[in-house]
Amino acid sequence: MWFGVDKKYLYKGAEAEIFISDYLNKQVVKKHRINKNYRIKEIDENLISSRTKEETKLISEARRQGVSVPIIYDIDLVKGIISMQHIKGKRIKDIFDKISDKNRKEICMLIGKNIARLHNMDIIHGDITTSNMIYYENKIFFIDFGLGEINSEIEAKGVDLHVLMEAIESTHSKNSNYFKYVLDGYKKEYKNNANSIIKKIEEIVKRGRYR
Amino acid sequence: MISLGIEGTAHTIGVGIVENYNDKCKVLSNNYIIYRPEKGGIHPREAANHHAEKISGLIIKSVNESDINFSDVDLISYSKGPGLGPCLRTAATAARALSLSIKKPILGVNHCVAHLEIGIGTLNKCIDPVLLYTSGANTQVIAFSEGKYRVFGETLDIGIGNCLDKFGRSVGLNFPSGPIIENLAKKGEKYLKLPYTIKGMDIAFSGLLTAAQQYHEKKEKLEDISYSIQETCFAALTEITERAMAHTEKDQVLLGGGVASNNRLREMIQIMAKERDASFFVPEKKLCVDNGAMIAWLGLVMHKSGIKMKIENTIIDQRFRTDMVDVVWRG
Repeated sequence: MWFGVDKKYLYKGAEAEIFISDYLNKQVVKKHRINKNYRIKEIDENLISSRTKEETKLISEARRQGVSVPIIYDIDLVKGIISMQHIKGKRIKDIFDKISDKNRKEICMLIGKNIARLHNMDIIHGDITTSNMIYYENKIFFIDFGLGEINSEIEAKGVDLHVLMEAIESTHSKNSNYFKYVLDGYKKEYKNNANSIIKKIEEIVKRGRYR
Repeated sequence: MISLGIEGTAHTIGVGIVENYNDKCKVLSNNYIIYRPEKGGIHPREAANHHAEKISGLIIKSVNESDINFSDVDLISYSKGPGLGPCLRTAATAARALSLSIKKPILGVNHCVAHLEIGIGTLNKCIDPVLLYTSGANTQVIAFSEGKYRVFGETLDIGIGNCLDKFGRSVGLNFPSGPIIENLAKKGEKYLKLPYTIKGMDIAFSGLLTAAQQYHEKKEKLEDISYSIQETCFAALTEITERAMAHTEKDQVLLGGGVASNNRLREMIQIMAKERDASFFVPEKKLCVDNGAMIAWLGLVMHKSGIKMKIENTIIDQRFRTDMVDVVWRG
């Protein structure tokens, strides 16, 4: 098979398998978007190739803005495989409720600052959850841009932050009040009017059904 | 213990009677009548008038069918919300009147949580599922986490059933359009590209609805449009459900709500479950749609855990969110 004999899984997500492999004698992480038999071929192929392409583009763009992301080595649009640097840190999801209040506050500020850097260049991540951020050497690495896009609208940026707010509320309900520090960090770094985006989040919350 | 439940959140007025049997739900009777406007969408007040006319008959019919007397009923439950105010009020008023006249306790329950609990209550081995709840107004992915049933994903605009009905109405199909679209889709051959909108674990349908209507204006075949709508909407629903399962690390998936009757949606969720070694559950059709038995069962489960309600607190809540309920009955 193309990936060699040993396939060491790091993670099996909903849409992709992540495993350790090598590329030009270098240890890398491969993200393989798997075909889904529940959907018709037209939708499956389109989603796999467009998301693989978009993700690679956004990761490269994010790096240019000084946001920590894995380095991309190779991409295969037909099979839907991205080969990238292996970040060996811990998922924010796994440490969020365990660290001290002070550290949690600092990490939230840092998350906010990084999201602002992405948004400064109209990069929408599309799935900012604590599972998609890795803490390594005092930096937050952003991964999984598969649902991302380039979009300058306030609405898109608001929804992007709202996804994280919901993720923190549902997965870290005891510390859900820490989302405000994400916004504090965001305000410090966002170059335009951050308040218009924060207002948008409030609007999105109210728009949700039965709020 | 025998519980009588009254459902009245939207189109349906329903009365169900259930009994607990080895901690599982035994349905003694489950009757409902659906309000169908002659044309157009639902008018809340007219639906409520319909419910008020039908409720007494439904209660008597359900008690007779269960082969019990009113004195055998131990608890009255009603749908507290979410839903349309006039409909909710009609169901709650009937519940209060019944509770006072037969002198039995009363409990208002959350309609969305009832869809989940009836699955756990009636299906063997269904213990801790992720629920994909798809109906006219509601489209949510719900699972138990940290003391509550939390909404991991939901529609950002309209419910999937609404999306199907709105499309149906704009092309001249009757209400409910879902089953008609399902039949048309079987004859569809050509996939017409439609917007596929997912934000994290949330989903949106209004862009797809507009695009589908535009295909109709361009004289594309209704069969092909129906096929494309189903394939796109249901693939997106299956994807957010799978995302929630991966996120919560659960290996059971349950369907609920009226749209769960759709065979193509069932098939997609079933394939997804199989491919990730998860188990797939769907209650029988009469327990998937809005019904009184699920309200009765949730009331019973809550009552057994010690939750009580005084008659003066038997209010309704049109915006009663799933995650507002403290799920004290689960360990």
